[in-house]
Amino acid sequence: MSAQKDRWVFSFSFLLFCASSIPTRGSARLLQELSPQEYFSSLQAGRASLAYFSHDVSPGAQPFSEQIENSAEALRDYGISVVKVNCPKEDVSRYCGKENALRKAYLFRGNTLIREFPTDALFDVNSIVANVLFALLFNEVKYVETLADLRNVENALKGRSNMVFAYVPATGTAEHRAVMEAAFVYGTVHQFVLTTEAMLLKDTGNDESDVSSARLLFCHCQRATDMAQPCRRTAMGQTLTTLNIHRHLKLMGAPLVTEVAEDPEKVSTVHLQLGLPLVFILSQKETYEADRRTAEFVAWQLLGKAGVALLSRDLVDSNILLRSNVALKTPDEGVPIKYLILEDTDEVITLVEDKNKVEQIQEDEEENEEDEDEKENNNQDIQDDQVVEAVSRDKKRELPLEQILVLTEETFHSALLETARTVVLFYASWEAVSLAVLWSYTEVADHLKGKVPQGILLSRVNCWDWPGVCTKENVTQFPTIKIYEKGERSVMYNGMWGTEELISFIMLSRVSCPLTLATIDEAEGYLRGEFPSELSSYHHTSLLGVFSTATSEAREAFEEAGNILSGHVTMGMYFEDDALALSRKYAVSPPALLLARSGGRSVEGIALSKQSAQDMVRMIRYELLDVFPEITVQNLPRYLQLRKPFLILFSDGDISQMESKEMLKLAKGEPQQAFVACWLNLKKTPVGRGVLKAYFATMPSLPVLIWVNLHAGGQVFKFPSEQSITEMNILSWLEKLKAGVEIPSSTLSEEDWKPPLPAYDFLQMMETAVPELPLHTSHRRRDTSERRPPENPGGDTAVREEPSQETEAEQVGSSGRDLRGTAPRLAAREKQGKRHSEL
Amino acid sequence: LGLALYLGSLHVVSGAAFLYHDYCIIGAGPSGLQAAYFLHQAGRDYVVFERSHAPGSFFALYPRHRKLISINKRYTGKSNSEFNLRHDWNSLLSHDRRLLFRRYSCDFFPDADAMVHYLEDFASLLKLRVQYNTAIVHVTLERDRQAWNGHYFLLTDQDRQNYKCSSLLVATGMWVPNVVNFPGSEYVEGYETVSINPEDFAGQTVLILGRGNSAFETAENILGVTNFIHMVSRSRVRLSWATHYVGDLRAINNGLLDTYQLKSLDGLLEGDLEDLAIVKDKKGKLHITLRFYLENRNTSAGIDSITLPQDELDNFATRAPYDRVIRCLGWKFDFSIYNRSLRMMPGKGNKKKYPQIKPSYESRGTRGLFVLGTASHSVDFRKSAGGFIHGFRYTTRAVHRLLENRHHGVPWPSTVYPITQLTNSIIKRVNEASGLYQMFSVLADIILLRENATAFEYLEEYPVGVLAELEMQTGRKAPNGLFVVIMEYGRNFSGADKDVFYYNRAVGEAQHAWQSNFLHPVIYYYKRLPTEHEMKLRPPDWPLPRPDAIHHIVEDFLTDWTAPNAHILPLRRFLENCLSTDLRNFFAESCFLFAFTRQKLPPFCQQGYMRMQGLVGSDGLRRHAVEAGLLEDYTLTDFLGNRPPDTHEGSQDHLLRDHAMPVRPLQHLVTAKDE
Repeated sequence: MSAQKDRWVFSFSFLLFCASSIPTRGSARLLQELSPQEYFSSLQAGRASLAYFSHDVSPGAQPFSEQIENSAEALRDYGISVVKVNCPKEDVSRYCGKENALRKAYLFRGNTLIREFPTDALFDVNSIVANVLFALLFNEVKYVETLADLRNVENALKGRSNMVFAYVPATGTAEHRAVMEAAFVYGTVHQFVLTTEAMLLKDTGNDESDVSSARLLFCHCQRATDMAQPCRRTAMGQTLTTLNIHRHLKLMGAPLVTEVAEDPEKVSTVHLQLGLPLVFILSQKETYEADRRTAEFVAWQLLGKAGVALLSRDLVDSNILLRSNVALKTPDEGVPIKYLILEDTDEVITLVEDKNKVEQIQEDEEENEEDEDEKENNNQDIQDDQVVEAVSRDKKRELPLEQILVLTEETFHSALLETARTVVLFYASWEAVSLAVLWSYTEVADHLKGKVPQGILLSRVNCWDWPGVCTKENVTQFPTIKIYEKGERSVMYNGMWGTEELISFIMLSRVSCPLTLATIDEAEGYLRGEFPSELSSYHHTSLLGVFSTATSEAREAFEEAGNILSGHVTMGMYFEDDALALSRKYAVSPPALLLARSGGRSVEGIALSKQSAQDMVRMIRYELLDVFPEITVQNLPRYLQLRKPFLILFSDGDISQMESKEMLKLAKGEPQQAFVACWLNLKKTPVGRGVLKAYFATMPSLPVLIWVNLHAGGQVFKFPSEQSITEMNILSWLEKLKAGVEIPSSTLSEEDWKPPLPAYDFLQMMETAVPELPLHTSHRRRDTSERRPPENPGGDTAVREEPSQETEAEQVGSSGRDLRGTAPRLAAREKQGKRHSEL
Repeated sequence: LGLALYLGSLHVVSGAAFLYHDYCIIGAGPSGLQAAYFLHQAGRDYVVFERSHAPGSFFALYPRHRKLISINKRYTGKSNSEFNLRHDWNSLLSHDRRLLFRRYSCDFFPDADAMVHYLEDFASLLKLRVQYNTAIVHVTLERDRQAWNGHYFLLTDQDRQNYKCSSLLVATGMWVPNVVNFPGSEYVEGYETVSINPEDFAGQTVLILGRGNSAFETAENILGVTNFIHMVSRSRVRLSWATHYVGDLRAINNGLLDTYQLKSLDGLLEGDLEDLAIVKDKKGKLHITLRFYLENRNTSAGIDSITLPQDELDNFATRAPYDRVIRCLGWKFDFSIYNRSLRMMPGKGNKKKYPQIKPSYESRGTRGLFVLGTASHSVDFRKSAGGFIHGFRYTTRAVHRLLENRHHGVPWPSTVYPITQLTNSIIKRVNEASGLYQMFSVLADIILLRENATAFEYLEEYPVGVLAELEMQTGRKAPNGLFVVIMEYGRNFSGADKDVFYYNRAVGEAQHAWQSNFLHPVIYYYKRLPTEHEMKLRPPDWPLPRPDAIHHIVEDFLTDWTAPNAHILPLRRFLENCLSTDLRNFFAESCFLFAFTRQKLPPFCQQGYMRMQGLVGSDGLRRHAVEAGLLEDYTLTDFLGNRPPDTHEGSQDHLLRDHAMPVRPLQHLVTAKDE
């Protein structure tokens, strides 16, 4: 930036020098020394000269003459020659004769004396130049002392020309010189008014109390029409130097709004040349009038700080233009034009006034979030429910539902009667969890497509459409899946909401539970997993109840348990006369339960005592648990229900046979079964890595054996990695754990599940709201109107108070407070969904 | 019941000629039949007395011009039968789908005959026990400590037949014409009898007293044939679309307003009818004057001596004489049949046409006497819909539920849900419930929290006015705090002189929801049941006392409050913060992680996953959740960077970016929208 400024200063100085048309030539001595006669004869009409008279020997005047000599160069730029007149000793003429005349300098135009300066008014170059020009530009620069004078000048200028009003704390200063130098160049264009009265400064509405620094205001009197109102003013922000004043006046002279119709990259205006940014308001034909007003409004606000151009999108073919409403071009080379979507003129002004904000606004645009609101809300309007968010991200996708029959209040009962088994998913189309299940349900349908066994119908009821059916079917929660058998009885699904689990449930439900086996062969086939044929393709553990004819009580309980477990477990029962033969084979006495794991290769026998159906269900569930299971997302809850510590081996892939053998030995050898020995395949259950990450700062080498006390204390212990996983090693380690000599790797957090974020505190909002407050205006608008700069042009206060600025502002032709006219405005508003009037 | 049978037989035996029923309903109009339906369904001993030979005798006569102004919206684009009742203002509640009013009329504003027909069918198809041609002419009390309420109601009909009841449900409606007496009121014709043939008014100048729907309905009928019509009443006209009160002047009747404002001779005037006087001149023309002038005049003088206002004020508005004056001042409750001991008192102020009742619809004077239907409108007069079929069908059900609890030990029906269903239950109800919607600010759903907030009990459509008595009235307990779900209009929105069409009248953003103007759900949270005292001290315009927290679901143009981010999310946050828990849903995988890494689980995992009902979710959905930064995908992560394990909860970056919507130029809409 500073390099930029230097370059600019250089070019400007050059311009100025050319304009003043007095070339300087090297270090040639500029001070002429003439005799009085030579001097007075050399005076030309119209040319000004500053002369001082001296006798050769007058040492007292030495510092004074030095300053005059130094100012010669500066004055020469304004066509004023500086002459030292050497008075001959005997000369007693007007200028040479008197002693006190020698202490003065004289300004001549032609041969007329304009002013004589006492040497104390000429204490340095600045004061010399300032005072000399002040004297010469008597008409161009009016000096005022009172407010009335200022008003008179101002009023006289209204409608004719503009005024430059300068306040300097004292004359003869550098600022005074700068003003005078500017007046020398611009004096014919603008009326300059100078004062040293601080009171006048205050009256111009400048509330800065610092009267020690000079100020310059540009008063736009040329376009002023109202005699009662002072002209609109634009203060110069920088210090008063010739350069700054020149720049300021140049900017004031530039058109308020430049209309452009070409690629912003190619546009250049005086602002850019002077190192100021250029703001493009992107317009289009339909909104031209409103946009023009907006641009003018912005331009007034930015006068002296940036240029404003109105760019017609219609004339420039560019995509980027259609997606934004404001563009910002900076004078810096190589910086691309920034395209932004802004809502309010205030944003444009801050954009320029605080350039650092540009980046930030741009980022905000990318994120499309209002930073203000965001801070206020603390993100509470951002969805943090993974299921809801996943489902809503998926809402555009059409689920392949054609395999699933839609049931209505009218068709529900007839459909149930038509098919042997009807699976019905009750869901609500607005509810995320039930839509997630509907997703899985379509996968079930897809999986079963073509191989849907005869007599199974997949269907669904949207309870948002048909609440009557759902109420009648006692569906109080979404989702619910029920399987209806010929419209008679129904089984409610109570398993995991996963595709595989649903398929298995549907398939198992086809066989009645328990299945009554008629012959010993069937029973044997059943234990081998070959009978019934519908289930032969499903790997499962078969349960067979063997009853003698005498044990009807146990059989009834078993049947009841079968009803409860229907769909989850395959159960058969055999109670023919030769049941004894079967029981003898497996060394049990009826009533007994035969448990055939993995296709009947091992059959366990369990005696059934007098148990209730519920006890039997519990027993069966327990018996179905593995001794050394692989833990998955789906089966973990079953083992958690045991409420025991877990000894779990995390492995990246399958565990080795050795590990498996040792762990199995350990699990079987534990007589009280004080813990759950299990393993986890990280390839199959990758979330296990998340568990390990929570336990350890760094990922331990795999496999890793961990003891975790899930239900008491939450301590996590890691089996030393240098030891091999053998039953003996583990047992001795467990002893140490029991003895409390091992240090836990970590402890599970006991933290409660608190609300993730606060809610809107409407109660507080209602209480703090002022009753008179018009409730329909948004906070944001109120804020912006309060933030309006006080020096805003008068006359649009009415607009400010208008509750609904939208069209009114446009119709009354105000200065357009917001960027409403520009295209993406509505889009932006829609995004926020602030207010709408459709209701 | 045994007692009742015993008593019943006793009366027969004692020959006292009392016919006993547990419940007696007077009037077989809509509310009487509605009450009979619920009693019938519950298997109660009840009878309905109807003075006419058929149900709905009021509708057989009124409205005189036969057009009902309750809408019969046959199509809503939805099949949800509960939701559709929000826009069916004529049907009564029943399980029978044949008894929906849209099967009885195709008109948006149906003919009153259709209502008569409907009520006949309602009574007969549902086999309601109605005793026709029985006009109850007197009601008194018989003290008896054995009786439900410490007394029996003794009813006498026009044939001196006596009936005895434990509970009396008054569903007589409002049928006594409001009459104002002033000098010359004998020249006034009543709405009940005035001709409805427009021909009879051809070329006449008519003055109508009253400014309600019956007045405008009468005017509408003769608007085209009269010279002009003037309408006079004390209060200014109240337009129902400005007040959101269906009892105010409906747009369908307001044709006269048009002609008044367009200076087509018809006009409206304000003035107290009590000050009015009418004098008839020799030509039979009716002149308006003031009672004041008549009182001062010389009694002996004739018509010419009466001062008319125009004698003093020659531009007096109603100086033109009228051919006819019609009184359309509405109806009041028939207080005449009740013995003084019942203390049936008229209400105060503008409610004096109604009997005084409590917010539980029980009479203030007599325990066990409930007022149903139109006559019960004092509870929500000029506010909600309790005076109309589409409102009192729900309040009648509420009364029935109160009675079931009080006399039969059947507590208010309720469903118990796990806490994970809390957000869903509310969303479901506010989107479809018709009772909450029609009886806004009067009936509310109550959610009673169970201990530790693991479960809750949901009670539908309880009268909020008796919230303090909830435990006693419903038989349900509320020791752990409660939510009240109610629907409200914005407090300062509606009113007779409010501009209900101003710009930016609708709130679109959830965080400004409390400023919503149109009907929207509001949820009050109380840590304990408000007391009766607190109910009395509630702020004016508030249906309930100051809650511990309140939530407004932002008003919706479509009254569809199912948007995940604008409606459901803020509600969830509110509920979470009231209960101090986390009500988010989680995929099974997340629950798995929590089970291994935390000692406590969020309710969704506890009540779902841990009970083997985890939400496994399909791969596609889990991928979406991963993209949203709400679920971590462990298959891809490398373990060099040790991010804390729960970053997936905090990182919203993806979420933000994907929320970005493309910005389109929609300029033409801006202008269209702003008109």
